[in-house]
Amino acid sequence: MTAITARQEDTPFGAILLFTFCAVGALVSLLAAAFTQDPSFRLHGYVFLGAFVLASSVMTVGLSSGRFRFDAGRYEDGVIRAGVIATMFWAVVGLLAGVFIAAQLSWPAQLYFPEAGWLNFGRLRPLHTSGVIFAFGGNALIATSFYVVQRTCKARLAGGIWPWFVFWGYQLFIVLAATGYLAGITQSKEYAEPEWYVDLWLTVVWVAYLLVFLGTIWKRKEPHIYVANWFYLAFIVTIAMLHIVNNLAMPVSLLNHTSYSVFSGVQDALVQWWYGHNAVGFFLTAGFLAMMYYFVPKRVERPVYSYRLSIVHFWALIFIYIWAGPHHLHFTALPQWAQTLGMTFSIMLWMPSWGGMINGLMTLSGAWDKLRTDPVVRMMVVSIAFYGMATFEGPLMSIRAVNSLSHYTDWGIGHVHSGALGWVGFISFGAIYCMVPWLWKKSGLYSNRLVEWHFWIATTGILLYICAMWVSGIMEGLMWREYTPQGFLANSFVETVAAKHIENVIRTLGGLMYLSGAVIMAYNLWRTIRMPSLAQSEAAAAGPAAPVAIAAE
Amino acid sequence: MSGLEYETVARFAQQGGTLYFAAIFLAGLIYALWPKNKEAFQRLAQLPLEKDESDHV
Repeated sequence: MTAITARQEDTPFGAILLFTFCAVGALVSLLAAAFTQDPSFRLHGYVFLGAFVLASSVMTVGLSSGRFRFDAGRYEDGVIRAGVIATMFWAVVGLLAGVFIAAQLSWPAQLYFPEAGWLNFGRLRPLHTSGVIFAFGGNALIATSFYVVQRTCKARLAGGIWPWFVFWGYQLFIVLAATGYLAGITQSKEYAEPEWYVDLWLTVVWVAYLLVFLGTIWKRKEPHIYVANWFYLAFIVTIAMLHIVNNLAMPVSLLNHTSYSVFSGVQDALVQWWYGHNAVGFFLTAGFLAMMYYFVPKRVERPVYSYRLSIVHFWALIFIYIWAGPHHLHFTALPQWAQTLGMTFSIMLWMPSWGGMINGLMTLSGAWDKLRTDPVVRMMVVSIAFYGMATFEGPLMSIRAVNSLSHYTDWGIGHVHSGALGWVGFISFGAIYCMVPWLWKKSGLYSNRLVEWHFWIATTGILLYICAMWVSGIMEGLMWREYTPQGFLANSFVETVAAKHIENVIRTLGGLMYLSGAVIMAYNLWRTIRMPSLAQSEAAAAGPAAPVAIAAE
Repeated sequence: MSGLEYETVARFAQQGGTLYFAAIFLAGLIYALWPKNKEAFQRLAQLPLEKDESDHV
């Protein structure tokens, strides 16, 4: 090892291990595809086989040409660049699927295709939810967590090539889940639809993710672990726990895609909503709060308003969130004390949520002018405002009396989307707008005007969406409980569906606007990446006489 | 049957769990408010502001 570079001289063991893993994986998936009698399982056997053969081939070329040797003196930014591209790709795919199913709800007769089962609402709806939550949100979380943990620990990502395994392994999970939904493979658990073998694959990827993250924290050069890393770690650990427990199941055979949950009846419902609500709490909240605690101070160039509050925020949030799930099961077979417990903890959640919101907003102290001048800051501030709004609305809706009106109606859909589009989407877009010029070494974004367009079109879209869903949700809730003087229900179900037509059309328009904003963003980022780099533009400004100064940098 | 009955286990889990969680949360609160930690927290609040966009560790 010389003083000039810290690059490894031998092929690291981790790369050989991964190569062996892929080769064995290819053999196992070939055997599975060959021996199964189940066409759905064979389809996924071939998907696995293709992925493993591709990975083995790429690694064969890489290993023989002496690649995969890493320089501990440099951050691993390549996998983050790949993560940013994947995030924007899945954002457009997931939002497009959402607009399409919203159009199907608006014009069910025109957009119903009996000949093409995979285009039906029932198959596309999980494609949309998993596409935006796990594909878009998950990639945003993985990419930003890899960026933040390296910068705040002042250490290169641990594990050599394994962060790349986490990235590609996660994309394979998404492809398996999405193709499975279209082919009708589902275990019918909301937000946990993939079958047992896809669950096992995600477990492997997720454990690798946890080890890469912990390994990086382990070798940190900063004595304290920055608060954003606490939130990321809570997200990774809790999702592992939730995913494994909720998906405990017995497959019909090792060569069949079908499995049966170890839980049944009300226990199954309770475990499912323990999982489901903590997917909101730890996937869609904790991880994105980590983004807030890094990218908001960085972008506005102000310290975190109160670091003490951020610690209290963290512990209060994770202790309370884990109990809130039963509010999804009001008026069910679940014992009433458990329903009340879920409701009580949901109301208590209001405090840490608003503590965190105030901490994020007040970080702008002394820099409020940036709200006017920097559209990226405005996007992140509006996202924190939506976080505050959605976490006020959620506890309200968890109250039994309110829930009796709101549950199963469009109000729930509107609530989820004010959180997902407003909070999760906007904070991710803000973080990506920050990271792209840093990662690709550009002076800034290609166009701030396009960010303005993105912001205003998307914000108007969210408002159209959630207002339409408030109106239709409360309307249908009232129609469902309306009685005639004789004591009969006044409305048939289909009458309540027909009554929502205009709201459904407005919702489709709102979603289309949000999608348009994401497409504008993808174009803006693509143009940014194609801009001359910082070093090149400085060289051009300095003129041909002084190129030496740049080379010394 | 003696020993581990449902009521015993449930009471232990409910009361013990409440105390255990409250103790951990209290420990977190004390850590956050401990005067000696103030200096470290003020430095940590500034951590994201460091110019570290280059790819050198």
